Amino acid sequence: MSGHEGFGDLRELYQEVIFDHNRQPRNFHSMADADHVAEGHNPLCGDQLTVYLKVADGVVQDVSFVGHGCAISTASASLMTEAVKGRPVDEVEALFRDFHALLTDAPPEGRDFGKLEVLAGVREFPARVKCATLAWHTLHNALEGGGTAKTE
Amino acid sequence: MNMNEVPAGAVRGDGGDAADLSAHAADFPILSRPVRGKRLAYLDNAATTQKPEVVIEAERRFYRESNANIHRGVHWLSQHATDLYEGARERVRSFLNAARVEEIVFTRGTTESINLVAQSWARNTLQPGDEILITAMEHHSNIVPWQFVCEQTGAVLKVVPINDAGELVLEAFDELLGPRTRLLAITEVSNALGTVNAVAPLIRRARAVGARVLVDGAQAVAHMPVDVRALGCDFYAFSGHKLYGPTGIGVLYARHELLQAMPPWQGGGSMIETVSFERSTFAPAPQRFEAGTPHIAGAVALATAIDYVLEVGLERIGAHEHALLEKATAAVQALPGVRIIGTAAHKAGVLSLVVDGIHPHDLGTILDADGVAIRAGHHCAMPVMTRYGIPGTARASFALYNNDEDVDALVRAIRKAQDMFGGRR
Repeated sequence: MSGHEGFGDLRELYQEVIFDHNRQPRNFHSMADADHVAEGHNPLCGDQLTVYLKVADGVVQDVSFVGHGCAISTASASLMTEAVKGRPVDEVEALFRDFHALLTDAPPEGRDFGKLEVLAGVREFPARVKCATLAWHTLHNALEGGGTAKTE
Repeated sequence: MNMNEVPAGAVRGDGGDAADLSAHAADFPILSRPVRGKRLAYLDNAATTQKPEVVIEAERRFYRESNANIHRGVHWLSQHATDLYEGARERVRSFLNAARVEEIVFTRGTTESINLVAQSWARNTLQPGDEILITAMEHHSNIVPWQFVCEQTGAVLKVVPINDAGELVLEAFDELLGPRTRLLAITEVSNALGTVNAVAPLIRRARAVGARVLVDGAQAVAHMPVDVRALGCDFYAFSGHKLYGPTGIGVLYARHELLQAMPPWQGGGSMIETVSFERSTFAPAPQRFEAGTPHIAGAVALATAIDYVLEVGLERIGAHEHALLEKATAAVQALPGVRIIGTAAHKAGVLSLVVDGIHPHDLGTILDADGVAIRAGHHCAMPVMTRYGIPGTARASFALYNNDEDVDALVRAIRKAQDMFGGRR
């Protein structure tokens, strides 16, 4: 359980990529001409974010977010924007399902998660799964037509 | 040890011997289990306390030797269980120094106790324009039930503000308390800030204008002696599980003449006198407020928990926790980038803090990896967090079994979190 550096499992959760994206979140801005917007809220820890999307021809042309939260939720939102930009909407929804499985039960076979893989460490910290999935639930709601997503 | 002869509120044990509760940690079996491979430093006592062996054994023994339903059986075991349950009520009466045992209602906890007062007393008493006075440091359970009542009756909720230290602004209290104030609902100790409110003078002032007073004692009863007659309050609510007792059992103390006049708020078995399809009549208090089969084993084990804390001594417990609070406060104040939320002159064993650049949730996870259990979040006191402009805090809260080693583990883990987050900038 405990690693040599004394951080143990924590290093699985707080990988360098997480710190990087927490410090400097990508696509971190509002989007005045977005055609899909949704707000996400985790009442338990106060995390709050808004996801903006531009969708054309069934493809996510642009995506951004603003808000505040813990390192896991901020980094996850940032990584999500990178992962979905330029992808067809149905692929994005499939990726959300697989990503959720990666964090909660068995990771789906054969799926390459790219950088999102760094969030797999959340699986060992069930209380933090909601932090890592808040942005994705919000993205899903935005694609479905808006509204507020809640994870707790 | 029979504590029945000791008047409630009296100094028990030698209050000056603050640090010598170390032997009692062994009374709590869970403290010897490792968590995440580490020694457990359980510092989430404001959420719930751990249970001593005697309490665990009392509940177990009830189910093994005494279990039956109460107030309805002609058989021996039912009478035996009834005696234990009513005996527990008497132990609670003595603990609070209430005048009569009929003033003690068993509930599921503080939240249900407050809701009982809200729905039975306030809803049937308040008129449009009447005012309910609460404070800015209340737990959600002492806010939301009154919001319900305001919607139901047209009463108005007024809030006494707090200053930057987390203390009540008393000038504002005096301004807000007026002829329309029908109820003051106030916490004795803030769960999020640790502030201890000197409630006795506020109760006197509220009663002088004809208001009733409810005191939320959830965070007080495990840390200081309580005497409802000395306080002069009309209602006092607390939970068993924050007093080393079981979850799912709590208490409402209500002044006899008020409780006798209050209508039932939940219908069912046990609370009736006669039932026909045309009309039912109700049992006297407190049975009128205990519809359905109560948490009998919980009440019995709560009485054991009360005996336990009285034996250790509430004055000694309070002094011990205060020493830990002072040590922890000094240690975290010495860390760069740490801000303590709640710096009242008079505090109970709660240390709420925020660390620059580290969200409370991340801090909670990193501390947990070292076996340090704290609460991270808004502590069911969102208005307090809003007052300080923060999403939440990390909160360490102390109990009689905590020691210097727990404080050291806390401080070490905070430094580690700062190392992880800050060292890479």
